[in-house]
Amino acid sequence: MKERIGVYICHCGGNISDYVDVEELGKMFHKEENVVIAKDVMFACADSNQKDMVRDIQENKLDAIVVCSCSPKLHLHTFRGVAARAGLNPSNYVQVNIREQCSWPHSDHPREATVKAAGLIRAGINRVSFSESLEDIQLTVKKSVLVLGAGVAGMKAAIDLAKSGNEVFLVEKDYFVGGRIAQKDSLFTTGQSGKQIVALLYEEIKKHSNITVFTGTTIEKVSGSLGNFGIDLKVKPRYINGKADKQAVKRAMEECPVSVSDDFNFGLTQRKAIYKNYPEALPDVPVVDAELLKDQPDFVAKFASTLNLNEQEETISLIVGSVLVTTGYDNYQPKEGEFGYKTIDNVVTLPELNRMMELNPEKLVHNGKQINSVAFIYCVGNRQKKGDNKYCSRQCCTSTIHTSLQLKERYKDIQMYHVYRDIRTYGKQEILYAKSSKQGDLYLKYEEKEMPVVEKDGKATVVKVKDYLTAKKEMEIEADLVVLVTGMVAREDSTHISELFKIPIGRDKFFNEIHPKLKPVETVIKGVYIGGTCQGPKNVSESVQSSLAGASKITALLKSGTVAVDPIIARVDREACTWCGKCADVCDYGALKVIEVDGKKVAQVNDAVCTGCGICAPICPENAIEIAQYTDNGIESMIDGFLADVQIKEKEANAGEEQEEVKVGMKEYPQIWKEILAGMTDEKNSIPQIAENSKLNREVVTYHLMTMNRYGVVVPAGMDDKEMYFYYKRK
Amino acid sequence: MSTEKKSTETKSPKILVFSTDKISDPGIDQAGLRKIHYSPSVYVINLPCSSGVKPRWILHALENGFDGVFIAADGHECSYSAKCPEHTNTIVETSQELMKQKNINTKRVRMAALCSVCAEPFANHMENFSKILAGIED
Repeated sequence: MKERIGVYICHCGGNISDYVDVEELGKMFHKEENVVIAKDVMFACADSNQKDMVRDIQENKLDAIVVCSCSPKLHLHTFRGVAARAGLNPSNYVQVNIREQCSWPHSDHPREATVKAAGLIRAGINRVSFSESLEDIQLTVKKSVLVLGAGVAGMKAAIDLAKSGNEVFLVEKDYFVGGRIAQKDSLFTTGQSGKQIVALLYEEIKKHSNITVFTGTTIEKVSGSLGNFGIDLKVKPRYINGKADKQAVKRAMEECPVSVSDDFNFGLTQRKAIYKNYPEALPDVPVVDAELLKDQPDFVAKFASTLNLNEQEETISLIVGSVLVTTGYDNYQPKEGEFGYKTIDNVVTLPELNRMMELNPEKLVHNGKQINSVAFIYCVGNRQKKGDNKYCSRQCCTSTIHTSLQLKERYKDIQMYHVYRDIRTYGKQEILYAKSSKQGDLYLKYEEKEMPVVEKDGKATVVKVKDYLTAKKEMEIEADLVVLVTGMVAREDSTHISELFKIPIGRDKFFNEIHPKLKPVETVIKGVYIGGTCQGPKNVSESVQSSLAGASKITALLKSGTVAVDPIIARVDREACTWCGKCADVCDYGALKVIEVDGKKVAQVNDAVCTGCGICAPICPENAIEIAQYTDNGIESMIDGFLADVQIKEKEANAGEEQEEVKVGMKEYPQIWKEILAGMTDEKNSIPQIAENSKLNREVVTYHLMTMNRYGVVVPAGMDDKEMYFYYKRK
Repeated sequence: MSTEKKSTETKSPKILVFSTDKISDPGIDQAGLRKIHYSPSVYVINLPCSSGVKPRWILHALENGFDGVFIAADGHECSYSAKCPEHTNTIVETSQELMKQKNINTKRVRMAALCSVCAEPFANHMENFSKILAGIED
C-alpha cells in the first residue's frame, strides 16, 4: 500500500475549472489519508509544474502520484516521464481523466460534475495505493527480418531494411517477384509499367548482399516470438538444372509441346509447361510445371541435361528478429452471371482488360472482334450493403479512369461509358477525372438499390442503367466490351498466414493493425508488422508508404539488439492454479503453456508473447490469473472510490450574471504566458504585434490571451480599426 | 413539472462502464470533446480489452451501490482477438448467472460494441440504459 501519495488537480486553464470546483477538490483531498500533497494547478502539463512535481516527489519522498487532468491518451507518457525523472517507478502513477470524461460532457451540470470528479479522483488514489513498481522486460533480438511477399511493397521494404543494416529474407510464394503490379502495363500517375518498376527494384535488391530472395517458397511453421522467431520455409523446385546452358533453356521453352491456360493473363492466353510469367520476369530462370511433362518422355529425354525433374523440395529454417507481412491482395472474382460475367462472352474484369491492352498494343480485339466502345461498371463486389465486402477499394475509380485515358490514347477511335456509383479520384488523381471528361467519356450514375443490368440483345450486348444524373431515366448502352471494375479482396491464403503468425483479421478479412492512426503498421503480435494491401485496399504509393513505415519501425526496434517490452502482462498465481488449460484455450497467441513446478502442473506465461489483453483472466475458474495494473484489488478499490460519499461545499452563492474573475494562486505563470508578457509593451498591444515580438504563432497568442484575461493577467483594450483583433494591456 | 424533472435528475442511476483503451474509451472521450452530454452518474474504467472484464468486478459494483454495469465492447474491431465478441458475451452470461444467484435483476448488466468515434451512440446508450435501470424494481 502506498502511504505518501501526491495528487495534482489541473484547471486546464478553465477547461476543467470552469465547471468543476477544482480548488475545493484540492482542499478536500489534502485531508485524505495517505495523501501528502494535494494541489490544484493551472496547467499540470506546463514545464514549470512538471519541475514542481519532480521537486515535490523528491522532497516529500512521495511513493505514488495521481494527476487529474485530461485523457491519458494525451499525457500518460508526459507524467510517466515526470515520475521517472524524479526517480519514482512510472508504474506508481495514475492518470485520472476529469476533462474529456467529466468537465466537458457534464458542463451542463457543474455541481454534479464536481461530485463525479471527486469520485474519479478518489478511485485514482485507491488504485495508485495498490500500484506496484514494474520494470520493462528486456529481450535480446536478432537483427534479421523476414519480409513475406515480394510485391512492390515487400521489395521496396526489403531494400530499406537491408540499407539499415538488417539481414533480410524476402520470401515469395510465386516463382517470380513483383506480385500484382507486374500485371499492369501502365500505372498512374507516372505512366511507368509495373514490369519496369519490378525490374528496377530487383536490380537494387541484387546489389545488397544481405538480402536473400526465396521464390516458390511458402511458410510451413512459425515458432518463437519477438527477437527470435523460428521460421520454417518450404522451397519448391524449379526443375531446371542450375548449370544448364541459357540457350538450351530457351530452346526447351520454345519446343515444349504442352500448353495450358495462362493464369498470369487470366486465361486470355496459353502458356507452355516450361514458362515465365512474362518474358522479362525475374528471377530470369523459367519454371517447369513437372506434372504436365509426365507424359512427354521424348521431350524430357531430349532436354535431359537442361531439366532436372528429380529435384526435391527443400526445407530451410531461419531465425529472425522481426517479420514484415506484405502478402498483398486478390482481385475480386465475380460470380458466374454477375453482370453477365462468364455467361456473356464480352464481359470481362478490369484486371483482365489491363492484360488485354498489353497483349494487343495496336488494335484492341476481343474474341476476334475489334472493340470500339467500352462500358465500365464500377464497384463490382465492393461497397455491398448486404454482401460481405462493405468497404470501398479506393484505388479502382482512378485505375479505371486511367485505363480509359490509355484506351483513348492507344486506340484513338473508341468511346468509353462509365456506369458508376460515386467517383473517388482523391488528391491529384482528380486531374485524370477531368481529362477523361474532356476526352468525351460519358458518365452515368447508378445506386445500389437499382443495379445496372447487362443483357444480350440479339448480337449486341446492352447495359441498362437508371441514370441518377438524368432523373433516373433508363439508359441503354450498347457496348463492344463490358468491363466490371472489381475491387480488392483479402488473399485467399490470408487465413493461413493469420493462423501462422496469429495476426488478427478484421471483418473485411484483411489483417488488422493495432490502431489506424497511432499504430498503423503494428499488429498486436510483438515484432510482427504489416504493410501494403494485405492490410486493406491501397494504391501503389500508399502500399509502399505503409511497407516503408513498417521497415522503419522494424529497424528502430532491432537497432540496439535488445527490446524493452511493456510489463503490463498476465501473471499466474501458482498456488491457486490447478491447470485446467482454459486460459491456454482462449489465448490466441499461445502465450500460456503448462509447466511442472514441484510436481504440480501450472500455467506459465511467455512474457515475450503475452499482449496483456486479459482475455485469460475472467476465464480462470480459480481466479489465478491477473494482468499487472488491472488487479482485483486495484479495480475493486476504484469501484469503491466511485461510490464513496462526497461532501462538496456549495460555492458561495454569488454566481452573478457576469463571469467573475477566477482567482487562482499561481506560483509561477506558464512559460508561454511569460513569453507573451515579455512581448507586450506598457501601452495597448495588438495581437499581431505581440505575436511578432514574442516570436509565437498568432493563433496560439490569441488563445492564451483569452485565458490570461480570464485569470486577470491581461485586460482587453478595445479593437483595431478593422475590428479583426483585440488590443490587450498588461494588468 | 420542473420539480418532478429535478427529482428524476438527482436520482439518475449510477452506471459503471468498462471501456477499452484503444477503441471505446476514445469514443467516450470524443463525447466529452464534442460536449455531448450524458448523465454525470456514469463512471468509466478503461481496460485493454472488453474480454478482460471479470464477472466478480461486475458483481462487486452491483452489490456496493452501482445500479448498472455497461460493457463498451470492442466488438469485431478488437485488435487482440477475432473472437472478442464471443468472449465478452460469455462474461456477460457468466455474470448474469451469478446475479441470478444473488437475486439481482439480470437487466442491470448490458453490453454493446462501441467504436473509437462512437460519441453519440455512447450518449444514447447511457440514456437508454438509465431509462431501463430507472424502470427496474427488484
